[in-house]
Parts: sequence; structure tokens; C-alpha cells
Amino acid sequence: MAETFVPSVLIANIVLMTMLGAITVAIIRLRSLFAIVMLSGVYSLVSAAWFQAMDAVDVSFTEAAVGAGVSTALMLGAMLLTVRKAKPTQSPLKRWGPLAVVIATGAVLTYASTDLPAFGDGNSPANSHVGAKYIEATPNDVGTPNIVTAVLASYRGFDTFGETVVVFAAGVAVILLIGFGERALAASDWSGRKDEDEDIPEDADDSHLILRVVAKLLIPIITIFAFYVHFHGEISPGGGFQAGVIFAVAIMLYALIFGLKAAMRAFPPVWARVGAALGVAIYGATGVVCMLNGGRFLDYDFIFGPPAGGHHGGHNWPQVTGIIGVEVGVVVAVACVMITAFYAFAGRVPEIRDEDW
Amino acid sequence: MTSLETLFSSENLEAARVFVGSAIVLIGAVASVAGSVGVVRFPDFYTRMHAASVTDTLGAMLVLGGMMLVAGWSLVTFKLFAILIFLLFTGPTSSNAAANGALRAGLEPMLGKWTGEAKDKSKDGEG
Repeated sequence: MAETFVPSVLIANIVLMTMLGAITVAIIRLRSLFAIVMLSGVYSLVSAAWFQAMDAVDVSFTEAAVGAGVSTALMLGAMLLTVRKAKPTQSPLKRWGPLAVVIATGAVLTYASTDLPAFGDGNSPANSHVGAKYIEATPNDVGTPNIVTAVLASYRGFDTFGETVVVFAAGVAVILLIGFGERALAASDWSGRKDEDEDIPEDADDSHLILRVVAKLLIPIITIFAFYVHFHGEISPGGGFQAGVIFAVAIMLYALIFGLKAAMRAFPPVWARVGAALGVAIYGATGVVCMLNGGRFLDYDFIFGPPAGGHHGGHNWPQVTGIIGVEVGVVVAVACVMITAFYAFAGRVPEIRDEDW
Repeated sequence: MTSLETLFSSENLEAARVFVGSAIVLIGAVASVAGSVGVVRFPDFYTRMHAASVTDTLGAMLVLGGMMLVAGWSLVTFKLFAILIFLLFTGPTSSNAAANGALRAGLEPMLGKWTGEAKDKSKDGEG
């Protein structure tokens, strides 16, 4: 531990942990749900910076994209369905029980953390057995520079398939609970400004002109960046999950600025729900193609037929094709599930009314 | 007596690059802290927005510019430049959207001479 001591990293960790603690206290103390949602986004962003300081770039990227990006938008959509303020707390006497439970759990966790290996310890179980093996074998087996992608999409492709199905199942659960949002939107009797002005060209209302112009400029760039994150995921941090979330955020941004109906015209809810199923199917089909060509499920060496042999090392095309294939499935599934969930939440409240902000 | 050519020779510039970049990052950090202090101290929403946009634009620009100098001529510089352009679009736009929304929602700016007490403390938690 003594020779790996780096003061700047330690200071960064302490500062970021302090910020996380302060944000947590603020979230507990606040009663305005809007401020709480925003602060939870800030919390995710600070944790992303902390993961970055600990060199976990892929985790950091996911936290920034999912935690700070899409969940904040989804929470905003969910918040609009409820009241704007949390109820005032109960009498102080009723709070002692939860406090005792929290303190006991915290004490147990703190006690357990003394058994954890030191950060970056080369002899810890995670680094000495499996981790070292993956680092050694990836250039030969898979040949992608980003080992995280190799592990995620190739070595444990079956687990990632399970995760994609879980995302899909979550989307189905949201739909089962609160519907697609379209019918609620069509049935709502709220006559907003947007409905009255349906025949007037959009630029007639210039109250948010700057916002609209800049959003129109940025949304295509965000979408292109999502595809960059996807196709560059084998080389740099990122991959299907982050790319799908970024794509979904672009659609949500469009919905927030131009209205839900315009977003539903640009990206119909039917595409979203078909895409959610299609993404999982693409992932599974990639594995089935490997089976048809003589390999096992998700064994990318067989994706173009039985491997030629002696092909390993360098740019391994069958592996890269397989990884890109399953990641396409992940992108489509994640993006469409997120958009479906957002439509489901936002469709219940037709527009964010001006007086509510 | 050193001539200008030797003073601005490529070796000297190369040596100065990291130091100048670090200094610019530090200036940017100071600007960000000044903006944060302003957000806490200023009396009403609009003046606080003004302080926050100092962090958004000046602080971020200086920090990113300094980091570009430190990084040298590489892909990292281009990525930092892209972030800078992105921030130059989004920072002022979000400030404008927030101020525009506040004005349209009926939040009056504080006008007149500052006497030393904030009158809308109750609205602070509304965000």
C-alpha cells in the first residue's frame, strides 16, 4: 500500500466522497421533488467523476449516461404524474426505528469493508485469477483493444444476453403497469397551447426560439455520437448500453423541447415497442447463427462458418462481427425500451404546462 | 541579450506549454469558484444565473483550453475542443432557457438599489 500511495488521487477521492455525502444529505432534507430529481442526477454525475478517478472508465461512462442522463429524464416524467412536494416527515419519535436500522446496517458494512483488499491491489482475488487470465488471453482470443468489451460481449455474452432480456422485461413491466401512453394522451381533455396552435407553423411561437434552434443543431450530433459510442466500443470506453441510452436521450430531449406529440410523430411509439423486441431478437439471432454454422450459442468464432484455424491474433473478424452484432441488438433494445418507458410516463401528462415550472 | 527568435524558439515554447496550460486551468478553477460563491451570495434568481453562467462559460473555457495546451497536439485535444464547442452551445442556451422560463412564470427580477436583505428566501427550494 505504501508504495502505491498517490496524494492527488486520495485528495480527489476524499473531495468526491464528501460531495456525494453532501448531496445525499441535501436529498434527504429537501421536500421539492423537482430539486430531488435534479440532485439525484448530480449525484450520478459526481459518482461518474469518482469512477473516472478510479480508472473505471466504462463504469463511469455508464453511470454518466444512464444515471445522470436517462434516469433523470425518466424520473422527471414519473414526477409529473405525482405531486410536486413530498409529504412532511412524521413525528420525530417514529423516525428512531429507521435510524437504528440504518446505523446498524452501516456499521455492519463498515466492519465488512475492513476485509476488502486495498484499492488496486494486484494480489486481490479479482485481479490475480480471472482478471489476469482475461488480460492475457483477450489479444489472442478476441483481439479487441478494449478488454471490457471483450469480456462483456464475448466471454460472458450469455450473461449480457440475460441483461438485455432484463431491460426488455423492465420495459414490459412499465407498459403493463401504466400503459403505452398513447391512449392516455389521446384521451386526455387537457387543451394546451400546442393543440390550439396545431395549424399555425411552429416558428410562430418564439418564446423558446433559442432552445429550439440549438436543440435542432445538437440532437443530430447526439444521435451520431450514440453510434460512435456503439461502433467504437471495441476500442474505446462505451458500447451498446451507453449508445442505446444516449440515442434514447436524444429522442427525450426532442420530446421535452418540441412536445410529446412531435416526438411521437418523429419516432412513433410502435417503432419503439417493436424495436424493443427486435433488439433482443437480434442478440439471440447472432447466437443462433453461430449455432447454425456449427459452433455453440454465441461462439463468434463460428459466425462465418467453422474457423479457418491459425487465424488468431490481430484483427479477429469473426469475433468483431459477433460483438458488433450483439451490440446492435443491445443498442436497439435499450434505446427502444427507454423511449417506450418515457412515452409511457410522459403520455399520461400531455405536456409540461408552463405554470408548473 | 536574447533575441525574439531564441525566446520564442520551439524548444522554449514546448517547455512553457505545460506551465502556461496549468496556469490557465488554475485561472479557470478560480473563475469557477467565483461563480459558485456568486450563486450562494447573490440576492435573486437572475443575478444567481449570471454567477452560474460564469462557471459555465468562462470557467469551463479556461479549464478546457488549459487542458488542451497541456495535452499537446493529439486526439485528446480534438476531443477537448469538441467538448468546448458543445459547452459553448449548451451553457448559454440552458441559462437562457432557465431565465426565460422564470420570467414567463412570473418571477420578477429584483430592481432598484440593493439594501442587503433577500426578499424571496421562501422560493429558494423551488429550484
